Amino acid sequence: MAEFEPVLLANINRPNSFTRKEYEATGGYQSWKKVLSMDRNDVIDIVKSSNLRGRGGAGFPTGLKWTFLPKDHPGPIYFCLNADESEPGTFNNRILMEQDPHQVLEGLMISSYATRTSTAYIYLRYEYPGCNKRLQDAIDECYAAGYLGDNIQGSGYSLNIYIHQGAAAYICGEETGLIESIEGKRAWPRIKPPFPAIEGVFRKPTVVNNVETVACVKHILDRGADWFKSMGVPADPNNPRDAGSYGPKLYCLSGHVEKPGCYEAPLGLTARQLIEDFGGGCWKGRSVKAVIPGGISMGLLGPDELDCPLDFAGPGKYGCLGLGTAAAVVIDDQTSIVDFLHNSARFFAHESCGQCTPCREGTSWALKMLNRIKAGRGRLKDLDLLAEIGDTIGIIPGTTICGLSDGAAWPIKNAIKKFRGEFEHYIKRTNPDGYMVTDPVPVFETTAH
Amino acid sequence: MATAQERFLSDEIVDEIKSYIPRYPSLQAVTLPALHIVNRHLRYVPMQAVIEIAEILELAPAQVQDTLTFYGFFKQDKPHGQVRAWVCRSMSCAIRGGEAVLDHMCHQAGIHPGETTADGKLTVEYAECLGACDFAPCMLAGDDLHKNLDKNKADIFLDDLGIKAKKS
Ligand SMILES: Cc1cc2nc3c(=O)[nH]c(=O)nc-3n(C[C@H](O)[C@H](O)[C@H](O)COP(=O)(O)O)c2cc1C
Ligand code: SF4
Ligand code: FES
Repeated sequence: MAEFEPVLLANINRPNSFTRKEYEATGGYQSWKKVLSMDRNDVIDIVKSSNLRGRGGAGFPTGLKWTFLPKDHPGPIYFCLNADESEPGTFNNRILMEQDPHQVLEGLMISSYATRTSTAYIYLRYEYPGCNKRLQDAIDECYAAGYLGDNIQGSGYSLNIYIHQGAAAYICGEETGLIESIEGKRAWPRIKPPFPAIEGVFRKPTVVNNVETVACVKHILDRGADWFKSMGVPADPNNPRDAGSYGPKLYCLSGHVEKPGCYEAPLGLTARQLIEDFGGGCWKGRSVKAVIPGGISMGLLGPDELDCPLDFAGPGKYGCLGLGTAAAVVIDDQTSIVDFLHNSARFFAHESCGQCTPCREGTSWALKMLNRIKAGRGRLKDLDLLAEIGDTIGIIPGTTICGLSDGAAWPIKNAIKKFRGEFEHYIKRTNPDGYMVTDPVPVFETTAH
Repeated sequence: MATAQERFLSDEIVDEIKSYIPRYPSLQAVTLPALHIVNRHLRYVPMQAVIEIAEILELAPAQVQDTLTFYGFFKQDKPHGQVRAWVCRSMSCAIRGGEAVLDHMCHQAGIHPGETTADGKLTVEYAECLGACDFAPCMLAGDDLHKNLDKNKADIFLDDLGIKAKKS
């Protein structure tokens, strides 16, 4: 990895990295100016041939997504930049938007041009006031410089960008929940199809992409598709459905490590390399008990699975849901797996939008059981019940509208499968008679006094 | 439309809401911006504000109320404190002591999460992942991110607000 030079994070520690002046001093907006005289299809072809896959969690090929837009649609087409970043453990979009907002804007502008968009919304989570300010300042600078607005640089192309602030709801990161939220409705995800490319925001064709995805688009236009494909993990020739894992990736690392942070590396780093080479190892000289590979929705790697490569195909081979946001959370050997799962269940019960019964009820029953187990009133058969919930909620078993419930299911499934002994031990120790109570059990929802 | 004298929302707020209309092809899309604008000015969005937002956006008040209640974010009965502090309780923060900090702050301020101190200075809320896990445990108070919190830093924060910490 000695040769690798960060591109996404290249500017973030420079003084005034967030100003247009600094950004242009390092070659910023060159691609934007170049693209304006290019054929849109050529831009899409470059992105397609780079094999860029979405960085927001699902890993869908970006260029391919763009080609799903109807060819001869008279307009308008909308672009929604997904800056809702709420997956626990994930903070790379924040760093990009706060430290290098022009990089994100240039990527968004190129992507909007390629998709014939004239209005782009940045769906920004409420909890990022610093990003809000920096992005708005950067947008204002772009209007002043004639990079945004009507007839940009005499090209005939017009683009407006607006920030749309969320209101502290995780589900607004799901692309159709996001769309409903922009429309001013409750953020209930839509049944797909139709996919947003056909019918999205305001019932018009819409592209939804993540912040890091469009930042990659900028660098692909700067440096070419071959540069992008020179990094990462090639597609498995024996698996026709594997699209490969190319390009640089912003890995987030947090939890029990010495040096939490956001690190850029080619896709395919192993969990161990991330923790040891970048994160300075597990904190306080302790050892790793488990690692969340890519945001809490992805499940858990056990201590003997740290060689899992963090590319699009890797975590799935270890029973996890996927790469997700490539945000690793390290859990040390002194943390109770019961506490881990309780925290995860509480998150999903809180964030389920309530639209699908299996998700609404499943996530809250899981939390109730974990409250009870944590309070020392668990029974061994609760573990099977929990595993049953894990197996029955989600898009994968086909019972729900969106993937939030798959994300709720995976930590349950992985924790019970990989750490069953610890759960059993805890239950036997805290409730040796297997006593089942009918009176209310303490709730760990809010704090005690 | 009600005259300015009868209206609950000030001209300034109404004008700010209307300035968002050109951004969207539908009036309903201005709902969330409008709620944020009212909340920024008043620190809550009471029912009368909902009715007036609906009037501006040509919606039924129930449509605005429906959206408002979906987000557990906007208070309706009374304003939140001068400072609203969101303490993260999600995984990366919780396993580095975040929940203990939340407990401690609530205890010292004499409130539960979601409540406001009697002097109206502070509302403490629990938050899900604030997207700042690199600084866990953390808290967002107003526009300020408080990084790597511990009980000591929480006490200093309360002290700066003039909230006398209980001796425990
Ligand atoms: C419950 C849920 C939450 C999501 N949250 C986010 C998010 O915060 N940011 C994001 O970019 N994608 C999120 N996604 C994925 C989006 O639905 C979508 O796949 C993504 O924004 C597409 O952009 P990309 O192709 O550039 O990754 C979420 C998905 C689900 C099911
Ligand atoms: S799966 Fe859950 S979060 Fe997703 S739409 Fe259904 S109820 Fe809502
Ligand atoms: S878990 Fe607290 S900021 Fe992410």
